[in-house]
Amino acid sequence: MSDAHPAGECGPLDIRIVRKSFARTSDGRLEVLRDIAFTLPRGEVAAFVGPSGCGKTTMLRIIAGLDRDYEGSVVRGFGGAVGMVFQEPRLLPWRTVEENVRLVAPGASEAKLTTLFDTLELTPHRLHYPGQLSLGLARRAALARAFAVEASLLILDEPFVSLDDALAMRLRGELVKLIESRPVTTLLVTHDVEEAIGLADRLFLLSASPARILAELPIGRRDPASTAAIRAEVARVIGMRSVSCA
Amino acid sequence: MLRVPSIALLLITWYAASLFAGERLLPGPEAVLAAIVAEARSGALALHLAATLARVALAFSLAMVIIILAYIWGGLTEAAAIAAVAVNKLPNTIVTIREGARALDPALDEMARVFAMPRARAIRHVVMPQVAPYFAAAARSGLSLVWKIVLVVELLGRPNGVGFEMGIAFQLFDVTRIIAYALVFVAVMLTIETVVVQPLERRASRWRVRTA
Repeated sequence: MSDAHPAGECGPLDIRIVRKSFARTSDGRLEVLRDIAFTLPRGEVAAFVGPSGCGKTTMLRIIAGLDRDYEGSVVRGFGGAVGMVFQEPRLLPWRTVEENVRLVAPGASEAKLTTLFDTLELTPHRLHYPGQLSLGLARRAALARAFAVEASLLILDEPFVSLDDALAMRLRGELVKLIESRPVTTLLVTHDVEEAIGLADRLFLLSASPARILAELPIGRRDPASTAAIRAEVARVIGMRSVSCA
Repeated sequence: MLRVPSIALLLITWYAASLFAGERLLPGPEAVLAAIVAEARSGALALHLAATLARVALAFSLAMVIIILAYIWGGLTEAAAIAAVAVNKLPNTIVTIREGARALDPALDEMARVFAMPRARAIRHVVMPQVAPYFAAAARSGLSLVWKIVLVVELLGRPNGVGFEMGIAFQLFDVTRIIAYALVFVAVMLTIETVVVQPLERRASRWRVRTA
């Protein structure tokens, strides 16, 4: 159980989670993660696909430093801020959308925020309180918050669910732009294999609980032939395990 | 014994009112009695009643002990009076604020941690707004409590103040003066409630808007 952030270095994100279990009242401990080990070079995007309830959120929480009760180590070879989109929006209900963003990104310039709110179609809602927003709008506000931080590590827990297809598509485009503009190591949990193939440099397929890594698929070029090959590989691994990934 | 006819009159009025207002707005005595019996059968009534009584007993005896001790140790002085009031008020505030601290949302705390919000900013924007309603409740109940205790303390051992004046007027059977002082005092309390407490509360809860 060690966490280290060697300052000012450009090392990889090195995850070695040997075991993670939760105490249960009746029958001892429930194991949720087992031997999750991978190394992600600085600036790479990893997507995690696996069945519901397999422990993906738990893994993200460990990497984010929110859960320190596990066996193993998380070494972040670089400093800098963390941006995170939780499964729920987790906005401060007593602050407006704009205040919610500014509170975590005090350094963000007015121009940057204006562009960000424009892209996420949040401009008419800047002064609204989260209670006035629909869930889709609140999720976009949470995305704005994570994007506003000049994060070197971006953790996204199913960020594009409950958004309509067109908007989700545009937001994926924004994410790509953001990632290309500077090195952001990104962890993306998703149910959508196409989304994973479209965004990630590396695709991890996880098993049902306790989650293990079934396959690690590097995604190189995105021409039809390569993506078809990856799609086939995903289908083979997941089909073999007869695990639904929808 | 006036008690029996007075209770009977209450029950009759209640019953009549329930017939007039309808069972939903004002349930009749027999419905309420049934509810009491049901609660008592399940054991919930005894449990909750005991908890409340224990708290009241403890708090009350502590409050009395503190007032008496303050006067014994400090004499009948201004400092002792204020200390007695303050110390009596304190547990009430502590209990309420503690409830508020317990109700803090861990999800928001995690959010502040992940985004590395500085401690001071997190307290101001994440913690305080969550505690604010409890703070307001403590302030309001505390204020009403302090008003009363101050009057009692003035009555017991101070040479001035509204409580002192009312005590004197009471001894002289000067009902007019008692009512005069009481009315002015009530007016001042209501003014403070309307001018200070309520606007503060409105400001703190302005985000609680209906979904547009």
